[in-house]
Amino acid sequence: MSRELPAARATIVELLLRLADDRLVLGHRLSEWCGRAPLPEEDIAVANIALDCLGHASMLLEEAGRVEGQGRDADRLAFWREPYEFRNCLLVEQPNGDFAHTMVRQFLVDVHADLLYGGLEASSFPPLAAIAAKAHKEILYHGRHSGAWVLRLGDGTPESRARTQAAVDALWAYTDELFAVDEAAEAAAAAGVAPVPSRLRQEWRMRVEAHLREATLRVPEARPRVPFRGRAGRHTESLGHLLTVMQSVPRAHPGAAW
Amino acid sequence: MVSPVDAPCDETRVREILGTVADPEIPALSVVELGLVRAVRWTGEFFEIDITPTYSGCPAVAMIEEEIAAAMSAAGVPAVVRRVLAPAWTTDWLSAEARRKLTGAGIAPPGRVIPGWERDPVACPHCGSSETELVSAFGSTACKALHRCRGCGSPFDHFKPL
Repeated sequence: MSRELPAARATIVELLLRLADDRLVLGHRLSEWCGRAPLPEEDIAVANIALDCLGHASMLLEEAGRVEGQGRDADRLAFWREPYEFRNCLLVEQPNGDFAHTMVRQFLVDVHADLLYGGLEASSFPPLAAIAAKAHKEILYHGRHSGAWVLRLGDGTPESRARTQAAVDALWAYTDELFAVDEAAEAAAAAGVAPVPSRLRQEWRMRVEAHLREATLRVPEARPRVPFRGRAGRHTESLGHLLTVMQSVPRAHPGAAW
Repeated sequence: MVSPVDAPCDETRVREILGTVADPEIPALSVVELGLVRAVRWTGEFFEIDITPTYSGCPAVAMIEEEIAAAMSAAGVPAVVRRVLAPAWTTDWLSAEARRKLTGAGIAPPGRVIPGWERDPVACPHCGSSETELVSAFGSTACKALHRCRGCGSPFDHFKPL
């Protein structure tokens, strides 16, 4: 950034980027299933959910660029930022794995997004409240879908259960970051722009654990946490690969329009 | 600086023109019947038309904006389309007429928007049977789900309540 933004605006931009990048990266991951999902209906479903996520990201990035006021629009922010400038959590950038892995990741995110966007509807920043109200309705559909798959696969064959359990075990450590509180999160909460991330934890755990139990899956025990640095721009290697693919066309043809 | 002028027509006429613009994904319905048009106002220079997107990622929104602009321009009415997000679009804004037309086009109209997971049963648009099942919650477009009728055996789209 060339110029320093006033604190309040910088807080809003940072928060919008965190929200947008979670949706953008998740949407891209889902789109990787296009043409490869296990059923034709599922191919369409995952593509639809990806499209919703990209739609949310687009609205949030557009708003972030507007508040920032330095001439960056949604495309500029999506395609011309480097990995260290991305503010998404590490959970959404995790590679897809098998279908169970993708659906478990989606379910963990969807329950969180349901609570988060419910809270954001009351944001003191009206454009964010409007985006949240719109996105929240769609997120409810996503959660119903991913939740149904977690049930079906968890409480399915020994093979599907083993794979789903493996996904839960592998992804669990990344969920802590969803509730991590740092200076920026505190500032956003203090301004009434967004809920305090840690306040969502209890409800999230209750809902996720009840669902996992219903799916005959084991809730992982607490384990050493992975360092949570996605919000600070320090990502796993996967994000670089993802962005290389996602950004390749605009970077190969800068300024192209169709 | 353009000085304000009288509107070339009234708002009713603007809504009439908008009524000729069909949704590209559901051609049975106009953008007005879908509840996309939230406001029409004369600014002293042009009509400002507020529309609200149905789904956040709906690729039809940009096309709808272009088609509205084209229809207004063809009618010789200066207009600018503005996208508004609040209040969020809901299927509750579909008129009774729109719901009838959807059924006629083989698409089950949306039921009530109920918070949480519960949904009203979906009746088959072909035979009216309520013995239907959900095949996929996500259909050919973001706004539709795929169902099957156990009565007449037909597959059909359901416009999701949102």
